[in-house]
Amino acid sequence: MACKKCVENPVIQLPNSNVNLCKNCFIKYFEKKVNKTIGEYDLIDKKDHIVVACSGGKDSTVLLYLLKKLTEKRKDVKITALAIDEGIKGYRDKSLDFLTNFCKEHKVELNIFSYEKEFGKPLDEILKSYNGVPCSICGVFRRYLLNKKSKELNGNKLATGHNLDDESQSIIMNYFRKNIKLSARLGPITGIIADKRFIRRIKPLYFLTEKEITSYAFLKGFMDKFTECPHDADSYRAQIRDMLNNFEAKYPGTKHSIITSFLEILPVLKEKYKDEQEIKSCKICDEPCSQEICKACQYAEEVVKNFTR
Amino acid sequence: MKVYIERTDEWKEVNAINVQEIFQKLKINPTTVIVTRNNELITENTKINDNDEVKLISVISGG
Repeated sequence: MACKKCVENPVIQLPNSNVNLCKNCFIKYFEKKVNKTIGEYDLIDKKDHIVVACSGGKDSTVLLYLLKKLTEKRKDVKITALAIDEGIKGYRDKSLDFLTNFCKEHKVELNIFSYEKEFGKPLDEILKSYNGVPCSICGVFRRYLLNKKSKELNGNKLATGHNLDDESQSIIMNYFRKNIKLSARLGPITGIIADKRFIRRIKPLYFLTEKEITSYAFLKGFMDKFTECPHDADSYRAQIRDMLNNFEAKYPGTKHSIITSFLEILPVLKEKYKDEQEIKSCKICDEPCSQEICKACQYAEEVVKNFTR
Repeated sequence: MKVYIERTDEWKEVNAINVQEIFQKLKINPTTVIVTRNNELITENTKINDNDEVKLISVISGG
């Protein structure tokens, strides 16, 4: 079956449909979809300085490339790349090498911050004395640095490569764990309240699947040997991901349905939780938090021995 | 034909006439991979020959 829009050989069948597209038509479709998300949810404003959270993986690499490309003619919008080096040997060091070369080639300023410098030890070392789930402590440190460092770089928005798969997993995780309040922070643009201590997050790849993003990365020649984090296999998210992928294979459209249903109730969630929690400033680092001391500082003092800020 | 599975970094010998059949025989979830034949991206309905080099590239990557 030829491409739906021309006569070329197809390279992809779009998810949840029988539409086949060739390379050029798929690239156009993909970029149009990102542009549409940016337009519909007002993800980019005049004079924005968008800090792009990059890992060297396919999602954030595609995101960085597209944000740079789509804002090429807008002299008022600045794009900067930010990467966090957790200190995972054989994984992050390789992806950051790829990212460094990518940024050089595409002339994007790249800033890398490490757990070792910011918290005293790389993750591989931290996990030797931490008995909890690796993703818990790593996620807290990573989110903390992304927020803090984006502000230090004078960014006013943080773009992340979250896609339809990531978001549908988060929605289901929050349901399963009775954490519905956390879902109020999801969506293509995050933030329940306007607070200068929190940088707003935008997700231009929100409506694209991992499979579409990998196809785009492959066709554009951005493919490195993208690997999975070695600590990811047993995570709760990984189990939800596998469950949803099995459902999707059996009932195509499942993930799209989760997202579209969620977006219908998101305004209600945002309204419900907008005043619920007082945002304090951490007594140690001054970053926003719900308690006296933020979770990152708690972990840093409890888990990272001999830590000094 | 020989099929390369990127996620586990291994080659497997498979008798199949198209990509769908490869998925069935190797018990691979189609939503988790993209497929290339001789380094070109192909759809699941694409017919394949014995001398084609087929690769299954994982779409899952840790953030």
